[in-house]
Order: sequence, then C-alpha cells, then structure tokens
Amino acid sequence: MDSAVAPPAVAAFRDVYRAELDAIRAAGLCKDERFIHDPQGAEIEVEFPAGAAPKKVLNLCANNYLGLSSHPRVVAAAHAGLEKRGYGMSSVRFICGTQDIHRQLERRLSEFLGTEETILFSSCLDANAGVFEALFGEKDVLIADRLVHASIVDGMRLCKAMTDTYKHSDMGHLEEKLLEHADKRFRVVITDGVFSMDGDLAKLDEIVTLAQKHGALTFVDDSHATGFIGKTGRGTPEHFGVHGRIDLVTTTFGKALGGASGGCVSGRKELVDMCRQRARPYLFSNTLASVIVSGTLEVLDLVSETTERRDHLEENTLFWRKGLTEAGFDIKAGASPIVPVMLYDARLAQDVARDLFAEGVYVVGFFFPVVAKGQARIRTQLSAAHTREHLERALAAFVEVGKKHDILGKTKAEMLARCGL
Amino acid sequence: MDDLRRTVLDYVRREYLEEDDDRELVSTTRLISGGIVDSFSMVSLKRFLERKYDVKIPDADASPEAFDTVDSIAALVERLAPVKA
Repeated sequence: MDSAVAPPAVAAFRDVYRAELDAIRAAGLCKDERFIHDPQGAEIEVEFPAGAAPKKVLNLCANNYLGLSSHPRVVAAAHAGLEKRGYGMSSVRFICGTQDIHRQLERRLSEFLGTEETILFSSCLDANAGVFEALFGEKDVLIADRLVHASIVDGMRLCKAMTDTYKHSDMGHLEEKLLEHADKRFRVVITDGVFSMDGDLAKLDEIVTLAQKHGALTFVDDSHATGFIGKTGRGTPEHFGVHGRIDLVTTTFGKALGGASGGCVSGRKELVDMCRQRARPYLFSNTLASVIVSGTLEVLDLVSETTERRDHLEENTLFWRKGLTEAGFDIKAGASPIVPVMLYDARLAQDVARDLFAEGVYVVGFFFPVVAKGQARIRTQLSAAHTREHLERALAAFVEVGKKHDILGKTKAEMLARCGL
Repeated sequence: MDDLRRTVLDYVRREYLEEDDDRELVSTTRLISGGIVDSFSMVSLKRFLERKYDVKIPDADASPEAFDTVDSIAALVERLAPVKA
C-alpha cells in the first residue's frame, strides 16, 4: 500500500500508533523477535538482530521442559497422523470437526490427569478464556491468586461472576475471602499449579483443604507442571498428594507435552460436559489439527513409559539453582525448572540478556507489565534436553556477565538502591 | 488526615501489601500507576468502599485514574456520598 495516498483517517491512526511504538522503543521496552533457524532444542541457531548471521546458542528460555519438541518418536507420530488423518478439519467439533483421535486424546488425558472427563481446546489460553464464562454466572464468585496467568485474568473478565483476588499463596487471605463470599452459590478458588514468572508451586494441599472446609470448587492451571512435576509427572496435584481431587484442571500441550499447541479443560464430568455445550472457543473455532493430536498421543505414551526425562530435569534444576546461588545471584526460591534471576531494573534485565546472548546463552529479560514494577528479572528455564556440560557452560557465561554488571553477591536492597527503586 | 482517607489507607495496606513490605503509603501515593494495586485486584477495593460507605460506584467512575490515589478515591466517595463520607 502507498502511504502517500492513504486517506486522512489512515494517516491519523498511523500517527497515533507510531508515536506509541516510538515511546516503547525509547523506553527500552520493545519486545523484538529472534528468528530460530532449526528445530527447538537445547542448542539452537538464532538470527538476532534480524539480518545477522545465525549464531549457535544455548537455549535457556523455552518451555521445552522434557525436551520432546523435536523427539524422533513425536515427529514420526505427527507424520503418521498427517498421512492417516490429513491436514485440516475445516469445521468446528460439533459440526464435522471431530475425529476418533480427538476423543482418544481426551480419554488419555483424563487417565493421565486422574480426572473424570476432558475437552480439548486449540490452546490453554482458549481453555481459560472459555471455561469460566461457560460455567459460572452472577450468583458465583471467582477467587484467584494475584499471580495467576494473564489468560485466567482474561477468562475471568469474560465471565459474569463476581471476581476477587487473594495475596499470592497467602492461605489466611484466601480463607478471609472464602468467608466474605459465603453467600455465593459457587465459590471457585483459582490458581496456577506452578507460577510462570516466579517458578514457585501453589500450596495445593492447603488450597484443597480450605476449599473442602468451605464447600468451594478448585481450579488449577497446570501448564508449567503437566508432564514433569510430581514423581510420575502428573503435575502439581500429584506433587501435593491431591491428584484427582481438583475440580477443574486446565493445561497445555504447548510446553512439556511436545510444545506444539493445544490445551484442555479436565475435571468433573458435568463441568466438562457443560464446556462442550457452552464454551465459546470450543463452539466457534476449529480444534487441534490431527498432526498435533497424533504427536501429543505419542508424548503421553513417552512420559507414561518412564520417568527418566522428568528425573533428569529435576537433577538439572537442582544443579542450576545451586550453581546460580553459589555464584552470588539473587534467585527466586522454589523447586520448579523455572528459575528467575532477579535484577529488579528493566533496563538492567535487558542489558544482561543482551550480554548473555553475546556469550552464547539465549535468555530474555522480563519486566512490567509482564511482572510487577521493580521486579524485572531474567527467567531461566531448564530442560531435560540440557546436559551437564550445557549447564556448566551457561553458568560460566552468567558469572562472566554478572561480574561485568557487578551484580554477584548483591542483596535485593543493594540492587534496588542502585537502580533508584 | 481525615477518617475517610485513614480508613482507605488502612484497607489498602492490609489488602494489597505483603507483611514484609515496608513501603510508606500516603494519600498521594500512586496505587495503580505505581504498581501497588493492579486493575484486576481493584475490584475488592471498590467493593470495600461500596459496603463501608453505602454507595454504589458506577463502573464508569471506577476507573484506574479515579482509584490511583487515596485522595482521588476519597474525592470520588465524597462526591457519591457527601453526607455519609
């Protein structure tokens, strides 16, 4: 299109958005994509900035927790699925967009998650967008941990139920809220299983106890846990001994379970059946393509055969957390393979990420609005695909860059004072 | 500081700050643009004001700007319930 002949309205909106984009760039807060030239893995070829020659780097920012994104068996199963069931569905589920393997995957997920029933969505974001509006209304209240994923916040906003929040993992505050809303038809306690930005686990045992005491329902988004948290990788409920006792679980296939896309709502039969009647992302959008369904079925076979991968991931997590702590980095405590390195200042997080890339380690700085103001960080994520040599190399790079920016051994107060926060 | 402002400040401290958060809050502290209260968690503050001061705050008035400081919140409550506040 030739902007010189654009109508005045087009010129006006271009001016507005150009100014806004310029302001984002000027503040150093622009999110630029990096182009990867090979399959997802522990080491990848990355073109950054755009036009630069691809550089081989260690990947410490993928959700490829089990290293299955490019596993030969998963790729072969996806190929076979493509051959046997074709490429597209060309329909939503309830018209002519359901294949036998969609139902097969739903049954396999129910077995794996210890639930009564499961419904697929094209992403977990879609599952979270649809589930609340389908099930709850003006007589109900949704009570969410303040650090739940953005897609839950969006889903709650689409629902007519009253919404409330409790302080992050504060069980006393949650109980106050349960008591405050005792007059509601349904009270739903909503949490992530593993919190995506902090890497800590929700206290699901205490949440289930509180919910039972007050007659409330429980909802857990276990996207950063399914496949590897818990001794057999069944997720956060398994870790806390409440497997099969959560009323509603949502999770994704876009992370540990092959990393392509897709998600589900799994839980009490009537709740899931109601989603099949009313959840708008399910009713008005195609479901997963057969190729992803086939790959995900193979992933579930792989993680059910052996715990080798999640065990190796656990070892990697312990090594990485210990290494960073001993080197003097300020990390968020926890047991998950999400290990945030706290830098507090947005620009410092950007600078450290850039310098680590130069050292051959691919990580990303996170800052407001993705995390709270003054809580900027680099989120590192471990994978079962990482070897000890990979992590030793990454650790050496972190120490080098940490020295350059004088952040090793610094307390939170010292870091905050230095950046004027 | 009047009773209304003190009551709202106490509620904000109790509801939104962690126990180990020693940030000083005054009636001009930026709550939403300062990152202390996010717009999603603002609903409990709105409900507290409605119950405490027996007012109905229309959604159009419950803007992030109107809820950004204790002073602006007090002004909103005083406008909606001048006698009771």
